[in-house]
Amino acid sequence: MATAAKRVPLPAILLANDLLDGDVVFATADGTGALAWTRDPAPALVANDDAAAEKLEAFAAAELSGNKVVDAYLVDVAIESGSPVPRHFRERFKTLGPSNRPDLGKQAGEGIAATPKG
Amino acid sequence: MYRYDEFDERFVRERVAQFTDQVTRRLDGSLTEDEFKPLRLKNGVYLQLHAYMLRIAIPYGTLNSRQLRQLALIGEKYDRGYGHFTTRQNLQFNWPKLRDVPEILGLLADVEMHCIQTSGNCIRNVTADHFAGVAQEEIEDPRPTAELIRQWSSAHPEFSYLPRKFKIAVTGAEADRAVIKAHDIGLRLRRHPDTHETCYEVSVGGGLGRTPMIGKVVRDYLPKKDLLAYLEAIMRVYNLEGRRDNKYKARVKILVHEIGAEEFTRRVEAEFAQLDGPSINADPEEVARIAAYFAPPRYETLPAISNTLEAARATNPAFARWVEVNTAPHKAPGYTALTVSLKPIGQAPGDATSAQMRLVADLAERYSFDELRVTHAQNLVLPHVRQRDLFAIWQKLGEAGLASANIGLVTDIISCPGLDYCALATARSIPIAQAIQQRFADEARQREIGPLGIKISGCINACGHHHVGHIGILGLEKRGIESYQITLGGDATENAAIGEILGPGLTAEEVPDAVERIVAVYLTERSEAESFIDTIRRIGLGPFKAAFQEVTRAAA
Repeated sequence: MATAAKRVPLPAILLANDLLDGDVVFATADGTGALAWTRDPAPALVANDDAAAEKLEAFAAAELSGNKVVDAYLVDVAIESGSPVPRHFRERFKTLGPSNRPDLGKQAGEGIAATPKG
Repeated sequence: MYRYDEFDERFVRERVAQFTDQVTRRLDGSLTEDEFKPLRLKNGVYLQLHAYMLRIAIPYGTLNSRQLRQLALIGEKYDRGYGHFTTRQNLQFNWPKLRDVPEILGLLADVEMHCIQTSGNCIRNVTADHFAGVAQEEIEDPRPTAELIRQWSSAHPEFSYLPRKFKIAVTGAEADRAVIKAHDIGLRLRRHPDTHETCYEVSVGGGLGRTPMIGKVVRDYLPKKDLLAYLEAIMRVYNLEGRRDNKYKARVKILVHEIGAEEFTRRVEAEFAQLDGPSINADPEEVARIAAYFAPPRYETLPAISNTLEAARATNPAFARWVEVNTAPHKAPGYTALTVSLKPIGQAPGDATSAQMRLVADLAERYSFDELRVTHAQNLVLPHVRQRDLFAIWQKLGEAGLASANIGLVTDIISCPGLDYCALATARSIPIAQAIQQRFADEARQREIGPLGIKISGCINACGHHHVGHIGILGLEKRGIESYQITLGGDATENAAIGEILGPGLTAEEVPDAVERIVAVYLTERSEAESFIDTIRRIGLGPFKAAFQEVTRAAA
């Protein structure tokens, strides 16, 4: 009997490493609602139910076999100030960068487009 | 130092071409990740948390200035301007892009370097005493042996798919600075008491990680000429009987432990007896050719003590302290082996910027016969420095933030990259090292405490050698937070020992307090100039456990 792969608790986001660059990327919905990758964790698409999680899993499988990303998996998150934040410290570091080098990684804005302040 | 011959050169260039093609095929989709992963690992390319990582082999930790400058260039051009020297005397770059790796490998090949044997279930890059060839008490330079093993083991068809990775370390001195007892095979060059011939003491089955073990001696005096045949016998017994069913039981230490050192030795000797030694052992001419590359440089004839040095020491206390702590006696009169600390207070242990690498390369070229060493303790060594040049070197190092006088002291911490970089880590290591360094930053206090090795690993795999730290710190996850287990009484030297756990895990914030209390017990209990580890050996863990419990109680 086939059993469904164990999934992290929801809500969850999908993250991976870009195949070419190795950078951590997050699945997000583009203007048309289609899934795409972003290097910024803030706009990561949050799956709140099984259907949304399955959609992310299907995207992960397609992007892995399409040789766009590696090491793609769902990460359970809490919503803090409107943005998803991984519950586990390991994945939180993936959204930030090395804690001893605040000048490097996403915490330093690397790969993240400046958001207009308003 | 060793220079590539035409075979070495061709082998490395061919490998660059192969990997370049493999990357191209990965990027165009001809290779899946499952197919590509073992190929990239054979060339030192890992995937970490934030990016790929490239581990570059520095055979037995020996480098010249041209090579270090090339590493500096790669760090600047393809990485973030710094690299990390590891406990296996290698260098890791934390941010290379996969598309750039073929080009980086080409640049490495230009200076006779590569990333072969830095990963995978093969015989890994061989490590050695960082004072090889210069230590006063040395019997013989271990590097010709290490180089011979490198040549024999590189892409050896029989030993390229072992049950698990395999690490060999060599020392030629009485004092073990290469942690040989924590390696799959540890070799120690020694003299036979009767024949006075140089032989190897061969230990097998040491290792850290999940199941820490101290290596067992399987041969007291192996004639030098029999080295490769004997290694081959060990590798064959392991290759046949090592467990492939369970990754956690696949290292040779488990085999040695399960069947016993005596039975393991018996099987090795039986295999050795039936091997055709002469067809396996290296041609004496080749051995001599290799050894010639490691001939000592042409030292000047100098007085044993430099008056210039003595005068500078007398007038500059900070310089005098640095000389006292960071230099080691040298075979040649008037020379010294200088360790450059990569442990400035508050920096990641073992990290060096490209600018720092260039500076040390310049100093090596000018003052150390163009030679450098990387230590397993994540520092650099200028192995042949005239005593009279120390002051000029100290001044230049100071300008680059590299003049910390802390070698072997409480702030000379070994630390793996931990969860700040590593995908396998369960907790962070670097911030723990930084917090302890800050706590013990005062140099006078460090010297008052004396030799004390703190070693930190961010997971059970023990890259930070925590089991053999006088104080060992292991980062784990406990109920969703980082938790640190403290061990005491480990020893990485010829008196190798595995530390014992002191008590329950601590939070990151509690670790410096715990270290402080352990040190306080030592300072109270020590007699005269007794070192930290000697005091533990004399009084046992009891008083330290009691003090440790106060930390956990205070936190409860």
